[in-house]
Amino acid sequence: MEDFQTPLQPIILLDLAILSLLIATAFAMMRVRRLFAVVMLSGIFSFLAALFFVSLDAVDVAFTEAAVGAGISTVLMLTGMLLTARREKPAVPGHKNIAMVICLVTGAALFYATIDMPAFGDPNAPANIHIGQEFVERTPQDIEIPNIVTAVLASYRGFDTLGEVLVVFAAGVGVMLLLGAGSLRGGRKVKDDRPGDDETEHDGREF
Amino acid sequence: MMAHLILRVTIKLLFAPIIIFALYVQFHGDYGPGGGFQAGVIFAAAFVLHALGFGIDETKKVLPPKVLPWLMVIGVLFYAGTGVATLLLGENFLDYDILQPDSHHHAGQHIGIILVELGVGIAVASTMLTIFYHFAGREPEIRDEDW
Repeated sequence: MEDFQTPLQPIILLDLAILSLLIATAFAMMRVRRLFAVVMLSGIFSFLAALFFVSLDAVDVAFTEAAVGAGISTVLMLTGMLLTARREKPAVPGHKNIAMVICLVTGAALFYATIDMPAFGDPNAPANIHIGQEFVERTPQDIEIPNIVTAVLASYRGFDTLGEVLVVFAAGVGVMLLLGAGSLRGGRKVKDDRPGDDETEHDGREF
Repeated sequence: MMAHLILRVTIKLLFAPIIIFALYVQFHGDYGPGGGFQAGVIFAAAFVLHALGFGIDETKKVLPPKVLPWLMVIGVLFYAGTGVATLLLGENFLDYDILQPDSHHHAGQHIGIILVELGVGIAVASTMLTIFYHFAGREPEIRDEDW
């Protein structure tokens, strides 16, 4: 098994630009205290991640990231933000050194682990030789649809996808039960005090 | 009433194309990227956009919150029902080939995948909208100075 080298192409510059923008967005999200800006930055982060997935040829994943990560979850975070404070509390000083050490050690370990990872696009990578190759070879005979992702998702792994749909369903039922099953049947409507209106009532909802 | 006029006109223009695109993603999932999950989210995003521009109460008139739990159940049952149908026809759970056993080009697989993806799309779209309605419905209305 000879070593596979990813061919060096100009697109690597685009990848590097997207990745550095991702890191810059993540740092900006850490520094900014206005939650509105944080939500917008997380939407930008999702769009950048979607761009990166496109450059990795994972169009289906990019599609989902753009629709769910940048679209729906940004709006959900905004509506969630309306129920809490608009501004993050300033960070409490202290315990910073130990957290820094943990982050640096974990980061270094992850960097070290990337050395062992197969090159991008390596046909001999473990993910590509066993079941992955089988799917690519058998889909034209077994399923006869052009999109192998859909064939795997809906046919070969149909039972897993049923489980995924049930997870989504359970999430919806959970939100309905927690945030107002009573109001659906015309029961007691849940009322929230607008944060900041009443300073004497602190029940920790700012977080 | 004239507040956010540009936003509202833009949303009106975009609403129908977004729905069409969702349907395209839904039914073109066999041939290109996409499928039920993405289509469901795009479909829900159109209504979320409507709610952002016109207020949640207007959207609730278009799509009443009461039908959404039913749609969630219908989506999941559509998926599981396809599996039960193949089971009753004498094959394994979700083994779609039995839906068109005489076909030489696996038409059963096509039918099964489209049915299952439709279930996924209905379930995902209604679940996303349910979650959005419940989150957004707790605040009376976004005040103008909060924009």
